[in-house]
Amino acid sequence: MSLVKHYPDKPQKVYFFGTCLIDMLYPEAGLAGMQLLKREGIQVIFPQNQTCCGQPAWNSGYRDETPAVVMNQVRSFPKDYPIVVPSGSCAGMMRHHYPEVFKDKPESDLVNAFSERVFELTEFLVHVLKIELKDLGAPTKVALHTSCSARREMGVADEHESLLRQLGNVQLVEQVRKAECCGFGGTFAVKHPDISAAMVADKAQAITETGAEQLVSGDCGCLMNITGHMEHKGIGPKGQHIASFLWERTHASDS
Amino acid sequence: MHQTAEFHKRVKDALNNSQLRSNFRVAMDGLMEKRSNAFPDKQFLEELRITGSKLRANALVKQADLLEQLEANCTRNGIKVHWAETIEEANHIVLGIMDSHNATRMIKGKSMVSEEMELNHFLEAHGKECVESDLGEYIIQLDHETPSHIIAPAIHKSKQEIAKLFQSKHPDIPYSEDIETMTRSARQILRSKFYDAEIGLSGVNFAVAETGTICLVENEGNGRMCTTAPPVHIAVTGIEKVLEKLEDVPPLLKLLTRSASGQHISTYFNMITSPRKPGEKDGPKEVHLVLLDNQRSKIYEDEELFDSLRCIRCGACMNHCPVYTKIGGHAYGSLIPGPIGSVIEPQKFGLDKFGILPTNSTLCGACGEVCPVKIPLPKLLHRLRYEQVRNDHTGATNGQGSRRSAKEAMIWKLWSWAHARPAVYRTGTKVAALFRGLMPNKMGPWTRVRTAPKIAPKSLHELAREEGFDNE
Ligand code: SF4
Repeated sequence: MSLVKHYPDKPQKVYFFGTCLIDMLYPEAGLAGMQLLKREGIQVIFPQNQTCCGQPAWNSGYRDETPAVVMNQVRSFPKDYPIVVPSGSCAGMMRHHYPEVFKDKPESDLVNAFSERVFELTEFLVHVLKIELKDLGAPTKVALHTSCSARREMGVADEHESLLRQLGNVQLVEQVRKAECCGFGGTFAVKHPDISAAMVADKAQAITETGAEQLVSGDCGCLMNITGHMEHKGIGPKGQHIASFLWERTHASDS
Repeated sequence: MHQTAEFHKRVKDALNNSQLRSNFRVAMDGLMEKRSNAFPDKQFLEELRITGSKLRANALVKQADLLEQLEANCTRNGIKVHWAETIEEANHIVLGIMDSHNATRMIKGKSMVSEEMELNHFLEAHGKECVESDLGEYIIQLDHETPSHIIAPAIHKSKQEIAKLFQSKHPDIPYSEDIETMTRSARQILRSKFYDAEIGLSGVNFAVAETGTICLVENEGNGRMCTTAPPVHIAVTGIEKVLEKLEDVPPLLKLLTRSASGQHISTYFNMITSPRKPGEKDGPKEVHLVLLDNQRSKIYEDEELFDSLRCIRCGACMNHCPVYTKIGGHAYGSLIPGPIGSVIEPQKFGLDKFGILPTNSTLCGACGEVCPVKIPLPKLLHRLRYEQVRNDHTGATNGQGSRRSAKEAMIWKLWSWAHARPAVYRTGTKVAALFRGLMPNKMGPWTRVRTAPKIAPKSLHELAREEGFDNE
């Protein structure tokens, strides 16, 4: 996008921030992300003190309740290693909004330095690790839903796609209005359930119509929303985080 | 909460109205495609947006001086300038002008500021006739509605619905669903109104301080008729529409028409710099310009929310908004709908009245991505979410803190406390995993249309430890 990004050379060590949603609901996706990184020959550190990026309170307008949570993450990732995040949404919060949370506060330099080290998983795999994937899976049709924060805030929609395109047996199919929001929006889904339901219904239908056998997304919020709806209605393909999908298809001993 | 319940009711009605849903879906898909085709070169678009946003920001920074300059130049050119702090004042100014001419009939071009003033209402209560001449506005006037979109006020109606409306209001005209035929009928009806009107009223797209010029963008020619046929022309505008120089107009016009309807230029572009001069054969004998504040100077005081005043009212943010596309304009309950409406209307009329609107967004960023003057709409929506729940009474936004609930505040406090303490958090996830069998299958509105998310037996924290990933 318009942001000019600078990527570091391949480091020896990285931090992994798993996100609270993955921690509780999709831990296998987090693990897959770490395994992908590790396979590229770097040491992956998972600080046990990490919790949540703080976005839920921040986006609900509770700005005063956000800094303590942010500071916990900043303190939990003290060394200057890159911080890899398997979510466009949480990466966006940590990269672009942490500086706003601490704007004009004494800790702002510390927080800004932290934010500059934050990378979304797929951009890190593509630009920093220059990963080369070898597809070991059977032929399949896949639809990709790129979250709005991955697309617009982090600008990594192309990175999601390019990774999937590396997989020889994967045919990437495109749903109509693919850039339109799925209607999750964190607390939006709770505060405006009817609108959110209408949005996810359209999204699920568009994905179902592609005939894809698998839905892949880089964000578990969207996945939980879209697959939750498809399961409820008994339509559409199964969903998986892009890290799990990439790992499963390229991991030798599993196949 | 009254406003919230009413809002949700309107939303439900809109969502259950399949005709309305399809009208918006089809129309917005069309407008998005047109815009995208009008900007084939992304680099060109980006550079133009940067230019546009700088021009608007510059004009706002110098607004006080520019308004004075505008007044001086208009006056020199023979345009009478009026200042109105409130809607009431603006309405009385217009009424006063009409009365001074013993006028009872007004023909109107499209003007969102006149909608903001509820001018038709006001004048009708004073015995005046106001006829909308923009086709969309004419349609909604026939049906006693408000606009559902800022550039396409009747976009919520299908052509069949419009045909039926025409038939019920003008039974003498043969029924037709053909757009051309309906347009011709409306023109015929309006033609006599143009001849009879003593006053023509229009909005303003740009007011150029340097030359004292009122610029008007339109597609139907009715704007030109309103500003030339009647003997008196009144233009109403918000004070933020002022630009510094004439040369600022072309880039903004390029952005406006392309973003709004995908047109490289509108069918008509009117530049009005004076009333009819001696020896000239046409044009109004008198031109008035009404400058309305109505809270704009209050918005101006906040250095972040100030950005919302850059808006050139192109409508692109609503065309691209997935929420607007689902519920349409009327569900918002505000005059201006969509993302920019959700930013401006609560500031103008108070968060206590329209505080629900900033929450009515997934913050997906589609609006900010297309805004031709780069208004950071998601950031401003976010800011207003803060304004409505903060309780320190330091900001200047109308209705600040009005949506703070003790319960919600308490929940976020506890949430913050737990997520700032790793040990508490880890215990929390462990406990959740232990009792995951007891998780309710029903989680309120979420599970009405979705299955409940399933808590994993082991958290990533545990898996990372088990798999030997280092802690530091
Ligand atoms: S906020 Fe931007 S996109 Fe929306 S109407 Fe105004 S100028 Fe157009």
